[in-house]
Amino acid sequence: MTTVTSFIGVLFDGLAYGSLLFLISIGLSVTMGLMNFINLAHGAFAMLGGYATVIVMSRLGVPFLPALLVAFAISGAAGAVLERILYRRLYRAAHLDQVLFTIGLTFMSIAATTYFFGPGQQPVVLPAFLTGQVHALGMDFGTYRLFLIAMVIVVTIGLVWLVERTRFGAQIRASVDNQQASVGLGINVERVFSVTFALGSALAGLGGALGINVLGLDPTFPLKYMVYFLLVVAVGGAGTIRGPMIAALLLGVFDVAGKYYVPQIGAFVIYAAMVAMLLIFPSGLAGRRT
Amino acid sequence: MTAALRTEALSKSFGEFAANSDINLSFAAGARHALIGPNGAGKTTFINLLTGVLSPSGGEVFLRDERITHLPQHARVKRGMTRTFQINTLFPGLSALESVVLATCEREGRGGVWWRTTSDERSAIEEAHEILSRLRLDRDADTPTRALPYGKQRLLEIALALAARPTVLLLDEPAAGIPAAESAELFQVIAQLPRDVTIVFIEHDMKLVFRFAERITVLVGGTVLTEGTPDEISRDARVREVYLGEAQHG
Amino acid sequence: MTRLPTLRWSSAEIAFWLIPIAAFFLFPHYLTLGSQVIIAGLFALSLDLILGYARIISLGHAAFFGLGAYTAGLLAKHGYGEPLSGLVLAAVIAAAAGWITSFLIVRGQDLTRLMVTLGIGLMLYETANQWSSLTGGIDGLSGVEMKKIFGVFRFGLDGRTAYVYSLVVLFVVFNAVRLLVRSPFGLSLKGIREGERRMPAIGASVRRKLVAVYTVAAGIAGIAGALLAQTTQFVGIDVFGFQRSAELMIMLVLGGTGYLYGALVGAAVFMLLQDYLANLNPVYWQFWLGLLLVLLVLFARGGLIGGLVALRRRFSKP
Repeated sequence: MTTVTSFIGVLFDGLAYGSLLFLISIGLSVTMGLMNFINLAHGAFAMLGGYATVIVMSRLGVPFLPALLVAFAISGAAGAVLERILYRRLYRAAHLDQVLFTIGLTFMSIAATTYFFGPGQQPVVLPAFLTGQVHALGMDFGTYRLFLIAMVIVVTIGLVWLVERTRFGAQIRASVDNQQASVGLGINVERVFSVTFALGSALAGLGGALGINVLGLDPTFPLKYMVYFLLVVAVGGAGTIRGPMIAALLLGVFDVAGKYYVPQIGAFVIYAAMVAMLLIFPSGLAGRRT
Repeated sequence: MTAALRTEALSKSFGEFAANSDINLSFAAGARHALIGPNGAGKTTFINLLTGVLSPSGGEVFLRDERITHLPQHARVKRGMTRTFQINTLFPGLSALESVVLATCEREGRGGVWWRTTSDERSAIEEAHEILSRLRLDRDADTPTRALPYGKQRLLEIALALAARPTVLLLDEPAAGIPAAESAELFQVIAQLPRDVTIVFIEHDMKLVFRFAERITVLVGGTVLTEGTPDEISRDARVREVYLGEAQHG
Repeated sequence: MTRLPTLRWSSAEIAFWLIPIAAFFLFPHYLTLGSQVIIAGLFALSLDLILGYARIISLGHAAFFGLGAYTAGLLAKHGYGEPLSGLVLAAVIAAAAGWITSFLIVRGQDLTRLMVTLGIGLMLYETANQWSSLTGGIDGLSGVEMKKIFGVFRFGLDGRTAYVYSLVVLFVVFNAVRLLVRSPFGLSLKGIREGERRMPAIGASVRRKLVAVYTVAAGIAGIAGALLAQTTQFVGIDVFGFQRSAELMIMLVLGGTGYLYGALVGAAVFMLLQDYLANLNPVYWQFWLGLLLVLLVLFARGGLIGGLVALRRRFSKP
């Protein structure tokens, strides 16, 4: 009985972790598929959201839920600004240049964060109604993790609605599919890029804030989790929503399960699985050409 | 006698769209064979299938007696079939000489030599010079490809294809984008190629086609409409309709 | 004007190689740092082959460096301390690993390649981390005892033998690579870089060439790693780390890709700067490093050597 219970517990934790990874990575997937831009600094936007939440909560006394909105807004604004002045110049650059550039940005963000906030973990105090456990199916499930999963489901539904049902969503899909043709149709592809980049950064910021308790928050966050975000996009397939979602959930579950059942092997299995998956699906699960 | 190049029921579809359907063509050794047809008829797709750039949805390709349908590109080149590209596919940063030497070294099987400098590859370099002068590019040997005028780049396209000493040469609109006076010259160079080389070329300029082709195949909508001598084709009402109809619609 | 390359040494090249020789006599107390610079240069050289010539984006090149280091280190630790054979074995093992992984690299697009190279580097890191009974884990591999080179030259604390040893190895390997890039094979690498689509059309198998160059580059990285193990008599687990792969790329880009000398110059400048600045304040160092990268990509993509080449071109025009 306990093996089943612990299995379900692991599954639940894994899904929570995975949905968090998905929330942060979805922006990277769309950016990669849309602008064909490899952005290794994506985690920095998540980190920014996390720190923004911590600051407004501890210095301005803002409660948790509004603080999440602040994270969303600030990361989105940062994304919009950086896209305009920096990223835009490198859309046509070679992938290597993009990699180098964004590694540089990552180093800068880590150093700046360490300078202003110190190298330690940032704690966050959750509101009472999000702590504790919920009892269901004869088991205890962490309330916060349930909240996490619920939030990501809501956001995902919103995203899918945006992409499938709105005109802007259609413009995104067209631009991902064929940029030249979209320009020819009169779509302001530049604006699509800007808004999408900002939205992706905003979602990352929200994920970073939501994930403080699960992923932790310290200045090395962007580098620590960079592999995971890239993994989700590479294995899932850039430019889609469905692919990264499956990849993120799989990764979350396997990572938690791995750490629980075979801690000695640790992360090795994840990386090995990733390499194997990329061999079988070189363009990712959702198979979009990059 | 075995045809130099032959296809059986060759087809290629992209999802719903059938770019090539059930093409059965045969090119005799030493042929001067033109492939014509309106835009979008599937001519370049056909060349891509022959050379291995694309893999067919169905059918077979035979080079003399050998079935090459699924052979990779470079293997087909080694067996004597080369092509030129409709859009210049060259080495922008390499000089004309470097580009052709690269090709002649590959043909000689010296492409993997790492223990001698390229300048020591006497025979490959000599042959490259010879090909360049045949195409009147010898003065431009040391000019980087990207600095060459378009017309000369087109000639370099052919030089690269000739470096492999092909028995079958496929030319995809070799005179594309070249003014009429120069394109006649270009075709003169092609006409002077050895008689035992089989040449298949795609071309839109009908004057050039009728001047140099000995046989013409007309491709429309992915299938073969008809085939024959230039005389027969020029008298064929269906062909005239296809081209006249296209002229009317612009 | 681009002429076919010969093996002639330009005066600039000769002048360049006089510098490390002079350094041996001028800076006798900095020879340990000197060895580090030389080893970094060799490592960067190996990356130049795949990044500067074959255009493969690899974030995991440290994997081969680490394999070479641990091979040489483990050999010496268990009694086989002969330096040159250790070097050769490290090269062979690293090259074999390169050969195997090259088949994963030649498939897929840039992002896939990046992830696969990154993943392999991380896998090796984890393996070294977990298999601490063999590798010493986080604490590293110590007890690496080197025998004398040719039975004559002992690795002393003054670092003189280590310096000369590293320099000679670098020079020998550099010359081999210099010949390679000027050979027909090197020309075909340039062909892949300049016009990959045309290569199959002239009868060249791009795949086979990429496998070959990746294998060679891995072997050279292995030699560099072995040199590190042999000259410092220690192997830390960071030889596999992402940090090392990232810093390597920075060194190479700083110096300029595709020039071979760019790798050496970039490594030297980076190592010397790092030695001076990083000890002052590691946070500042990371920030300025990041900023340097951003500025390099935006304004000085050719790196130091690229800048020199551009300058020379500017001044040689009539």
